Amino acid sequence: MGSMNLLLLADGRFPAGGHAHSGGMETAVATGGVSDLASLHAFLIGRLATAGLAAAGLAAAACTTKHPWDALDAESDARIPSPALREVSRRQGRLLLRAARALWPGSVLDDLGAACGGTPAGARPSVHLVGPHHPVAMGAAAAAAGLEPLDAARAAVFNAVTGPASAAVRLLGLDPLAVHRLLAEMAPDMDDSAHCAAAGSGGPLDALPCPGSILLDLYAQRHALAEGRLFAS
Amino acid sequence: MPPETPPDRLRPLRVGVGGPVGSGKTALVAALCRMLAERLHIGVVTNDIYTTEDADFLRSQGVLDDNRIRAVQTGCCPHTAIRDDISENLEAVEELETRLAPLDLVLLESGGDNLTATFSQGLVDRQIFVLDVSGGDKVPRKGGPSVTSADLLVINKIDLAPMVGADLEVMRRDSVARRGDRAMIFSSLRKTDGAGEIAEWILSEVAQWAKPSSVRG
Ligand SMILES: Nc1nc2c(ncn2[C@@H]2O[C@H](COP(=O)(O)OP(=O)(O)OP(=O)(O)O)[C@@H](O)[C@H]2O)c(=O)[nH]1
Ligand SMILES: [Mg+2]
Repeated sequence: MGSMNLLLLADGRFPAGGHAHSGGMETAVATGGVSDLASLHAFLIGRLATAGLAAAGLAAAACTTKHPWDALDAESDARIPSPALREVSRRQGRLLLRAARALWPGSVLDDLGAACGGTPAGARPSVHLVGPHHPVAMGAAAAAAGLEPLDAARAAVFNAVTGPASAAVRLLGLDPLAVHRLLAEMAPDMDDSAHCAAAGSGGPLDALPCPGSILLDLYAQRHALAEGRLFAS
Repeated sequence: MPPETPPDRLRPLRVGVGGPVGSGKTALVAALCRMLAERLHIGVVTNDIYTTEDADFLRSQGVLDDNRIRAVQTGCCPHTAIRDDISENLEAVEELETRLAPLDLVLLESGGDNLTATFSQGLVDRQIFVLDVSGGDKVPRKGGPSVTSADLLVINKIDLAPMVGADLEVMRRDSVARRGDRAMIFSSLRKTDGAGEIAEWILSEVAQWAKPSSVRG
C-alpha cells in the first residue's frame, strides 16, 4: 500500500507550503554561486551530501516511531545551527504536520502534534510559535501513511534536492528539461544517501548522519535579512 | 438524509482581495480599514511577492494597529499561495483569528496576478476581484475565472477613464454579460469616500455571515 503514499508525500504539489522555499537557491543565485547548469549541479551535490543526508537520517529515525519526539527535536536542533534555518524548518514542519493530519489522521501525528505544542485532533490550533522540525514531521507523516523508514529518507532527500532545483528553474530561467536530466543523473546518488540515512534509523540518535554545510547556514542568515526576496527561504 | 442545519459561525468572515498588479488592492484594503475600523474588528493578511511592501504601506497609513497586519511570503507564484497550497496563508489567518479573537472580518490581499487567479474555498468565504480601467476597457470581456466568479468585481481608477480612453459603459455591459447579476462596483480610491459602496457591500456580507444559522438566508 506504501508506494502511492510515498509519491503523494514527496510530490512538489503536496500542499504544505514547500513552494515558497528555495533551499538557499535564491541567495546562491543572488551572490553568483549558482548561475548555470554546472554550478547548479555542484550546489545540488553539496546539498544532497549535507542538508539532504541529515534530513533523511532524522526522517528515517522519526518514521520508526521508536524514538521520543523531544529527543528527535534536540537532534534536529543540533544539526541546524542557523537560527533562521531552524525557524524555517519548524514552520515547514508545522505546515507538513497539518497537511499530513488531514490525509493520514491517527495517533502517530496526534502524538507528535501534542508533543510540539499543538492541540488534539479536531481542536482549534493554538497560536503557532512552535512545531516539529521538518524532517521529523516528514518521518512521522511517512509512518502515518504506512511507509517505511527508507521511504521517509527518500522523501526527505527528494525534497532537499528537487526543491532548490525547481527554484533555480524559476530564478534563472534554466531549461527545465536540462534540469530534470540533471536530477535523473543524480537519482542513484540520491538513492544511496537514502539507504545510508535509513541504515541507522533504529540505532542511537546521536549516531545519525550529522554533516554540516556552513555555506547553506550563511545563505539562510543572509536571506532572512535580504531586501526584495521572492522566496521565504 | 435531511440536510443538516449549518453550524453557527464561530470565526470571522474571510474576504480575499485579488487582482492584477497595481490595480488598487492595497489601496482598497487601506480604505476599507479606514472606513470600517470603528464598526468591525479587522485583521489583514498581505501576500507580497517582494519584501513586505504592502504590509509596510498599510502600517504607514496607520489604518490598523501593527499587530493586526501579517505579511506572508509566497515564493515565485502568488496564485499558488491562495489556491493550490494555501497552508502559509491559512496559518497566518488562523493565527490572527486566535490572537485577536473575536474578529469580525479578515481581509486577505493576494499578490498581483493574472486573470485566472482565484482564491481557494478552503481559504476565504468571499472574494473581491479588483480591476482597473488603465488595463483597457476590454478586460471584463476577456473573462477568466476571477472576473466571472468573484463575489464582487471592483473596477477601480475610474478617475483615469477619460485619460486612457476607457468606456465604462462597455465595461459594465461586458461585466454583466460575464457575471449576470453578481455585484459589480465602479470606484476611484483617490477620492476620500471612494470605497463607500464597497464598504457597504462588506458590511452586509459580514452581517449575513454573523447571523445565527436559524435565520440565515
Ligand atoms: N488614479 C488612481 N490611482 C489609484 C487608485 N487606486 C489606487 N491608485 C494608485 O495605484 C497604485 C497602485 O495601487 P496599490 O493599491 O498599491 O495596488 P495593488 O493592487 O495593491 O498592487 P500590488 O499589490 O503591487 O499588485 C498606487 O500608486 C495607488 O495610489 C484610483 O482609484 N485612482
Ligand atoms: Mg498591493
